[in-house]
Amino acid sequence: MSVELTGAEITIRCLQEEGVQCIFGYPGGAVLFIYDELFKQDKVRHILVRHEQAALHAADGYARSSNKVGVALVTSGPGVTNAVTGIATAYMDSIPMVIISGQVPTSAIGLDAFQEVDTVGITRPCVKHNFLVKDVTELAQTIKKAFYIASTGRPGPVLVDIPKDVSQQKTKFVYPDKITMRSYNPVVKGHARQIKKAAELILSAKRPMIYTGGGVILSDAAAQLTELTQLLNFPCTNTLMGLGGYPGTDKQSLGMLGMHGTYEANMAMQYCDVLVAVGARFDDRVIGNPKHFYNENRKIVHIDIDPSSISKRVKVDVPIVGDVQDVLKELIKLLKSENAKPDQAALKDWWKQIDLWRERDCLKFDRDSKIIKPQMVVEKLFDVTKGDAFVTSDVGQHQMWAAQFYKFDKPRRWINSGGLGTMGFGMPAAMGVQLANPKGKVACVTGEASIQMCIQELSTCKQYRLPLKIVNLNNRYMGMVRQWQEFFHGNRYAESYMDALPDFIKLAESYGHVGMRIEKPEDIEGALKEAFKLKDQLVFLDFITDQTENVFPMVPGGKGLSEMILV
Amino acid sequence: MENEAGALSRVAGLFSARGYNIESLSVAPTEDPTLSRMTLVTVGSDDVVEQVTKQLNKLIEVVKIIDLNDGNHIERELMLVKVRATGPDREEIKRLSEIFRGSIIDVTDKSFTIELTGTSAKLDAFLEAVSKSAVLETVRTGASGIGRGEWILKV
Repeated sequence: MSVELTGAEITIRCLQEEGVQCIFGYPGGAVLFIYDELFKQDKVRHILVRHEQAALHAADGYARSSNKVGVALVTSGPGVTNAVTGIATAYMDSIPMVIISGQVPTSAIGLDAFQEVDTVGITRPCVKHNFLVKDVTELAQTIKKAFYIASTGRPGPVLVDIPKDVSQQKTKFVYPDKITMRSYNPVVKGHARQIKKAAELILSAKRPMIYTGGGVILSDAAAQLTELTQLLNFPCTNTLMGLGGYPGTDKQSLGMLGMHGTYEANMAMQYCDVLVAVGARFDDRVIGNPKHFYNENRKIVHIDIDPSSISKRVKVDVPIVGDVQDVLKELIKLLKSENAKPDQAALKDWWKQIDLWRERDCLKFDRDSKIIKPQMVVEKLFDVTKGDAFVTSDVGQHQMWAAQFYKFDKPRRWINSGGLGTMGFGMPAAMGVQLANPKGKVACVTGEASIQMCIQELSTCKQYRLPLKIVNLNNRYMGMVRQWQEFFHGNRYAESYMDALPDFIKLAESYGHVGMRIEKPEDIEGALKEAFKLKDQLVFLDFITDQTENVFPMVPGGKGLSEMILV
Repeated sequence: MENEAGALSRVAGLFSARGYNIESLSVAPTEDPTLSRMTLVTVGSDDVVEQVTKQLNKLIEVVKIIDLNDGNHIERELMLVKVRATGPDREEIKRLSEIFRGSIIDVTDKSFTIELTGTSAKLDAFLEAVSKSAVLETVRTGASGIGRGEWILKV
């Protein structure tokens, strides 16, 4: 008979069995037994953050950049409520994560005990699934289920709530090899007849367009997407979540589409006759007003693993439910075997039209400015890192400039909170990225407002010697809020000015990091080079940028894709 | 769906979070005690009902869903209604109850409690037929539905 283990030992053993190397967390009363077991082993490394929100973002960045399941460990009550923002962030972007939370002892549940919250209730709408483990004999199987659910189908965060007494109780430890659940069987294979229909539609296209989202990244299908796009010589656009799915520097890439997408991408979306949507969900920031987007002459193929993403906002003609990588492979195989090509003369005319749209040069900005233009900083970052960095961002103007001006050629290099739009995401996510990619160059493009939402993590970076490069585009405003106020609220800048900013240089230095302030355009490149030379140091680069710069193009809320405000 | 704590709140939470309507909801364990069966009545366009179905399917504890409107089905709802019954009204209400195939299951010198089963519309019709002031209390289960003939929902 095998020896009996405590719930806490079982928890750690399960993580080891899952091959988890790194978890992010913060201890507290309800998880002390689990922390005690962490202490006694060295297979699972624990990264101590300074706030639970950061634990979630770090686990999230770890997952996004590595395609492993991110794991976070937090205590009951405030530990969980602090984590909720991070859980919701991961949920909106379908990131595979397992969150282990402590709970008050089962005998105290429901009695308003110290540090008690209804964790399962609070997190229910922002997890893929959650569990409260009331019996230690169910613990191992529940954790196995959590990893299985988090990482299969459309991925997402799964929370396992473990009451303190359950972590103390003992039982035999058996880790199941495999889980089968009658109520959860995600589809993988696309329907062959639907794929055939898609191929026919693709071959009939005169003005084709490929539109891809985060599903391509999550499914590791960048290679297949690239093959398909180049096989057909079709234009390709990526959503904010899909950047890197198709090489951004390639001539067939039209860049990002959507609210701040390029003129050519948005116009091609609007006027194409066959649209192939891959792992994307036609959300409000991507297509603007769905009524304006609707065009009865445009046929749409939609490949997605989540049936509920299909025909949610836009009716489609050929829905294909399945894993993006698998469906693309089948589609490529079919197209190759048919040995047919779409109308090449029409395609040539379509590319001519696209090139005319490109000539609009929608991302132009004043390159001779005496004040630092934020776009220039991102461009130089791209040059200095040779396009090979991992770039995380917070939320706002800097996020859009990073997405527009850093041309991502590889998947899992662009890490941002696209769905929930969580300020404070960038730096903790970058910590996770750096831990998953110890040799990678990791830059966090941020702004002086966002960075302050998780600024305490400079301490975590010091403790674990994470040599992030913080690229702070400091315009002394919540830039995107100010932009909207300028466009839509009569220049009344209500509460969007960032007064009483800290001296970021001194702040960085006080945590033991290096700080640099850059005020002249000619110093951008040198500063970035110097920062990346400091391989073992976190460098906080505070770029003092133009306060009046806005993000263009812009599709105002409620407008259509072809109704962009252009610079 | 799985007969597990919290499954019902996931369904209810989904409806409120996504702004769908629940007209009625009736749920109980089945002959297989690990499973519960729920009949949920909602109102919406075909698109909305399609989304509701897809979203419900995504819930991990939901095993299988059918839209009973996709075929012939039967639905029944149970209502217990307590009515004031004194003097000549007693006979009248008794007769009305018989017409609606109800049965009187509790009697006092001032009231009857009537058990009625039928479609929601039939129960509404009964309440219309009884004078409003006579109705003291009603309790309804919400509809339970089942497909006709060989149309079987089984896991």
